Amino acid sequence: MTDMATPQGKDTARAKPLTRLTGKLPGSLYRGGEGMWSWLLHRITAVAVFLFLLLHIADTATIRISPEAYNAVMGTYKNPVMGIGEATLVAAVVLHALNGIRLILVDSWTKGPKYQKVMLYVVIGLFAVIMAGFLPVHLRHVFGGH
Amino acid sequence: MTTVERSLPRLLQTPPSPSSKRAPRGRRGRSNGELYGWIFMRASGALLVVLIFGHLFINLMTGDGIHGVDFAFVGGKWADPFWQWWDLVMLWLAIAHGTNGMRTVINDYTSRAGTRLAFKGALYLLAFIIVALGTLVIFTFDPCPPGVAADLLPAICTA
Repeated sequence: MTDMATPQGKDTARAKPLTRLTGKLPGSLYRGGEGMWSWLLHRITAVAVFLFLLLHIADTATIRISPEAYNAVMGTYKNPVMGIGEATLVAAVVLHALNGIRLILVDSWTKGPKYQKVMLYVVIGLFAVIMAGFLPVHLRHVFGGH
Repeated sequence: MTTVERSLPRLLQTPPSPSSKRAPRGRRGRSNGELYGWIFMRASGALLVVLIFGHLFINLMTGDGIHGVDFAFVGGKWADPFWQWWDLVMLWLAIAHGTNGMRTVINDYTSRAGTRLAFKGALYLLAFIIVALGTLVIFTFDPCPPGVAADLLPAICTA
């Protein structure tokens, strides 16, 4: 918190001039820190969720063929391996959603950029709370001996 | 400056052109497409949080969760226009949001114009097919198809 209270905090002091950066960083301009990791997380979850979305619309479309066909396709979602996959998917969706709200706040709330790091830790906290609510219910459905 | 631009944070606004109403020098011949894309990602994202969290809660947290998702369950939902429209808006927004995001990813990781064009062409074609397929399924779907055992059908079919 203290380093964020003043614009001359830790991060500003750590930043190097671009000439030195481009000359000395070995092969990469990724600079680490909360900003980079949240960006990477947002992108990875985005691609993962998008690919599942394509699959999910295709599997749902089999409902138009026949009840038997749809139930057979949905049957493949009901084994423990897919159950873990569904939990991972929900985790990706929740992270992407919460970080997306953080991005909206960074862009449009006047104090957003100042609190972007704090908001990332709020995102992680809320993620933990939501998953703590979701996982026991879902895993009971998956492993509950249906 | 357009009305939309004026409502944005200052950093994102185009500086006013002193001599004319035309766009400033470096921006001539460009459109505001990326600006509208940026706004769309925020607006659709906010709506999708509500739509998808609602979808996941109803389908995975209530009743038997994933084990309860079958023809009878989905048929029961889609017999109600509320859920048809919920899923339709969710489908359109999610595909548009996801496609625009993937467009950004493609722009970031392709350096040759031909590669970029090929990936984007495939992406847009896929997005169109998926939206058309999903929309058709939601609105041409019969929750009570004839000649199917009653235990596979939603409760409304026998009521």
